[in-house]
Amino acid sequence: MDMDQVKQTFIIECRELLASMEEALLTVEDQPDATESINAIFRAVHTIKGSAGLFGLDPIVRFAHTVESVMDRVRGGRITLSPDLVGLFLECHDHLVRMLATVRENAPEPPEVAEEGERLLSALVPWLEGGVETVAVAVHPEVARPRGTGGDHWHISVRFAPTVLQNGMDPLSFVRYLRTLGRMTSLHSLLEKLPAGPAFDPELCYLGLEMDLETDADRATLEGVFEFIQDDSRIRLIPPHSRVEEYLALIQAMPDEEHYLGEILVAGGCITARDLEEALRIQSEEESARKIGTILVQEQSVPTPVVAAALEKQKRFQDKQAHEMKVVKVAAEKLDKLVNLVGELVIAGASAQVLASQAKETRLAEATATFNKLVEEIRDNALSLRMVQIGETFSRFRRIVRDVSRELGKEIELEIQGADTELDKTIVEKIADPLMHIVRNSIDHGIESAEVRIARGKPATGSLSLNAFHESGSIVIEVADDGGGLDRARILAKAVERGLVAAGADLSDSEVHALIFEPGFSTAASVSNLSGRGVGMDVVRRNIDELRGTVEIESYEGSGTTMRIRLPLTLAIIDGFRVEVAGTCYVIPLDTVIECLDLGPFLESEENHLINLRGEVLPFLRLREVFSAPGDRPAKERVVVIQYGEIRAGIVVDKLLGEFQTVIKPLGELFRNLKGVGGSTILGTGEVALILDVPQLVQLATRRGRQTPVLS
Amino acid sequence: MIAFERSQHTLLLSGELTIYHAAEARQRLGEELSADPALELDLSGIEEIDTAGAQVLLWLKREARSLGLALPYTSHSPAVLDVLDQLNLAGAFGDTLLIAPNA
Repeated sequence: MDMDQVKQTFIIECRELLASMEEALLTVEDQPDATESINAIFRAVHTIKGSAGLFGLDPIVRFAHTVESVMDRVRGGRITLSPDLVGLFLECHDHLVRMLATVRENAPEPPEVAEEGERLLSALVPWLEGGVETVAVAVHPEVARPRGTGGDHWHISVRFAPTVLQNGMDPLSFVRYLRTLGRMTSLHSLLEKLPAGPAFDPELCYLGLEMDLETDADRATLEGVFEFIQDDSRIRLIPPHSRVEEYLALIQAMPDEEHYLGEILVAGGCITARDLEEALRIQSEEESARKIGTILVQEQSVPTPVVAAALEKQKRFQDKQAHEMKVVKVAAEKLDKLVNLVGELVIAGASAQVLASQAKETRLAEATATFNKLVEEIRDNALSLRMVQIGETFSRFRRIVRDVSRELGKEIELEIQGADTELDKTIVEKIADPLMHIVRNSIDHGIESAEVRIARGKPATGSLSLNAFHESGSIVIEVADDGGGLDRARILAKAVERGLVAAGADLSDSEVHALIFEPGFSTAASVSNLSGRGVGMDVVRRNIDELRGTVEIESYEGSGTTMRIRLPLTLAIIDGFRVEVAGTCYVIPLDTVIECLDLGPFLESEENHLINLRGEVLPFLRLREVFSAPGDRPAKERVVVIQYGEIRAGIVVDKLLGEFQTVIKPLGELFRNLKGVGGSTILGTGEVALILDVPQLVQLATRRGRQTPVLS
Repeated sequence: MIAFERSQHTLLLSGELTIYHAAEARQRLGEELSADPALELDLSGIEEIDTAGAQVLLWLKREARSLGLALPYTSHSPAVLDVLDQLNLAGAFGDTLLIAPNA
């Protein structure tokens, strides 16, 4: 077991727990009686405390313990979860996130974090036992407990694996942590195995522990304590009020130390001296000891409901485990490596296919066809491994919307749709920041204050919606608000002032809206209604450009703005369509191809670059001209109709070569600014082909189309 | 860091007696014990001690006993007292503890 890896697992788990805690808190804020969410918050804090204890992260344990105590009182119905308290818990959540960050960086806790911790702890104090009571103490009917021999405690028996110390686990931390769960009524260290003389290896652990712990914790919690060592170490938990038989079973299970162990148990009050003698007698008489279950059934000592409840609980625990088994966590870099290799495989497969078709060997062609079909499946599977739902990113915005709207004193409702839409993990990570910018802008500058809204005849509560869905090979993310919308006149005036457009220029709405993405367009000095709308919007656009995505704005003055981000599904591999111009091969992403035609019959206007596709007039451009290819146009030209978003355009080429699966290789720094090219790829023949950047080409085509009068 | 400082029969241990220095400590303490049968350990300087450290101290104590030597441990530092308390080891060592641990 590698310690760094274990710690990594701990951090990942804590992050997940904290995320679910935040979500539960936000749910509770809206519905204070959501029991399941309250339990989720409690469980999250409790588990974090437990795991932190194992790593000796005392500040986290101490902090989480207090949060947990307050949460426990909420859970018990002794205090109600007021909005103030939810706010406080959210701050506590943030603090735990910060503490976790310092753990990850192996850094000492910065003083301001420690100060914040102290502040929060003292804010929590009034909610603790003995603090302000808002609700009378609920009376829990005392459950009649079956009489057992032992006291009111769990008996915990641990034989640590010799390697625990080398793995960075200190048995002491377990003891310390267990002590936080309840009262340790007795503890015996077994060091009989510690060898004398040179046989002693100071780096091995020879320790065994027999503990009696008075606690309310359940079995899952106690088992959780030993989660990281349970594979190698021997751990036995005997619940409170257990029958003598269980202790005797323990003694029998560890025969090498039976006498000593028996004495400890007698000392701890688990069994009597007579029981011990009985156990030793039974052991000597019986060949095979009876099983505990058998004893329980035979003696009918446990009431049926108890057994049923226990079975139910056990089943639930197993279900949970079964569910956990379905998910395997894999390091992202391993996946990247796999996807890279699959990419190479795709290229190699394409190369084999080309050779096979050249060889004109039917059987070889068949074999490569089967092979390529499998490669395709592997590719799809490998890529789907990287797919994650966008929901997690979306739900983060619940908190941001809550905080920002509070800060500004606005009431805003967040609506989330399409949370289960999947997209590439890398894209999800990179889109979070731009999305955040847009959301903040919408809340800050899009949605008006309640007074203005009422005056405009809108509901006082503003609404913001996040939506995600798939559309023709790309994913669309929409951020829509029902705020004031963009002020066209003001933007235009500003743009003229900055010299971005000529005065009196006739611009379409979308062209005007696109102006807010110009670098430094809107600064603090700009008009109030607009201010901020453009701050950082150029950064947003740049981020989206880097992902080969686009962003468009749909805005209606007075009734709201929708920002629509369109992103490719994945960054690595695409299905391509090969075309040829002047002997050079180009690749068009297949998802964007609508149909292929001969240019001749559809040509509407050569000089205006328009084709007439069954009544629909589309702009076109010649790839030959875009790339200034040498040579003359062939007699028969072909058009590939492409679509990006809602816009269609034709691309005129010399020859159509057909479908082709391809791996996108990014272009070098030198070609970054090349328009119309999105990447390169290696063909089966070993040639390099350029992958066309469809969004840019569509833009180019429409721009050329508008420069000339549009035909009716 | 762990440091050993000898003055007459007393060996002062200071620093960290943890898994990282357990091998070094075992080696050094074993040598010191065989060199001086009247050895005493002063534990006042130990700032950090873990299970591995406690095992080394216990091993040394048992080595001494098997040689018929007393090897008293004195001036337990708070860190040492805490570990003895946590693991309930005071009895196993049998030394006089100046500050009684909170049982």
